[in-house]
Amino acid sequence: MTHTRTFAVGVLAAALFGAGPVFADARGEAKSHVEFGIDVAQRGLWREAIYRWERAIEIDPTYSAALNNLAVAYEHEGQLDKARTAYERALDIDPDNLQIRQNYELFKEINDRTAAEEKP
Amino acid sequence: MTGPLPRRNRSHRLALTAAVLAATTLACGPVAYEIPIETPLQPKLDVTAFQRVLIAGFVAGGSDDVDTNQETVRLLRSQLRSKSSLRVIDADVMPLQQIAQEQSRPGNEATGTVASRDGAAGGPAPLLALPERIREEKDLEPYERLFANTAYWKRIGEEYQNPLIVTGTVLFTPHSRSGFVSRDVEQYDSFGRRRVMPVRTYMERKGFILRPKFVFIDGRSGATMYSESYREEILYNAQQATPALSSYFELMDRLVPNFLSTLSSQKIRGSRVLLK
Repeated sequence: MTHTRTFAVGVLAAALFGAGPVFADARGEAKSHVEFGIDVAQRGLWREAIYRWERAIEIDPTYSAALNNLAVAYEHEGQLDKARTAYERALDIDPDNLQIRQNYELFKEINDRTAAEEKP
Repeated sequence: MTGPLPRRNRSHRLALTAAVLAATTLACGPVAYEIPIETPLQPKLDVTAFQRVLIAGFVAGGSDDVDTNQETVRLLRSQLRSKSSLRVIDADVMPLQQIAQEQSRPGNEATGTVASRDGAAGGPAPLLALPERIREEKDLEPYERLFANTAYWKRIGEEYQNPLIVTGTVLFTPHSRSGFVSRDVEQYDSFGRRRVMPVRTYMERKGFILRPKFVFIDGRSGATMYSESYREEILYNAQQATPALSSYFELMDRLVPNFLSTLSSQKIRGSRVLLK
């Protein structure tokens, strides 16, 4: 019985350690897209940055930083509905991230002001 | 032999740990980047059908210290020239209050199609009389029917080759308020340290309220496309002698971006943080 239990624990440990590198690779690949996106955004190439951050999210849908950056890019391009969706997804994943929340509050300040002015 | 580490060894270990942590942080690089952005906002009105805009004039009232009609027309024309793709028509400012009064005289053929209320059996009720002097908002209400006179505005539009016409009302009135106001006061403690403390003091203040209503008319048909009202207020210390015209411009400065966003795309500058 102890051999079986030891064997089961060993298999579980191997599965966890084996899965670790897979997740690390996905996040690593997504991170490289995010870093490239930051680099091109700083050069004013926002559409390329959007492509890179969308790719990062395809690889790792839980990457809140990529969602934040994508929201910023959508905002800059005037795609305010997409920006709102991306900010809200980022905050669902990482609700305590103060920088994402600050970005979102600044976005809402402009977006809500626009919506209020459109009311008859 | 066991026991606590000597103090010198402990502080060396702490210093080494701090150095390693600092080096690791530097090697990883920053995780947040501030970046400037410009958010484009689409205009509220579709003005693609127009190449020209006529800031016709306004029914104005309130303070006698400022010719609000003239100043509003001049300011809006200047702003549209520099921040809009529409060609601004340079025409005499229309004295709309006088025009409205002429239109309201019985038998005046310039009246055209005017919205009027149905009265009791026997015919339409008489329209509200137009007050000679405009001091309050209720004095402006009877003048609103001027903007519903589609035949009149269509004629104006034909005269200027069917532009977008901007008109409306502007009320610029003196205002005063007395009461307790919270002010920040600098204080220094016994160590000479500066602190800012809120202090409530009774204050008499006076200033102005600006209430414009912009009406956008299609010069091809004379019909109103859109209208928007604003209200801005400013108060000063009663001892401060701020000229009325300065206050007018200060208040209009707050409204102009919203006015421009009705007619043309605007970009709002800001900054956001990108994360790794």
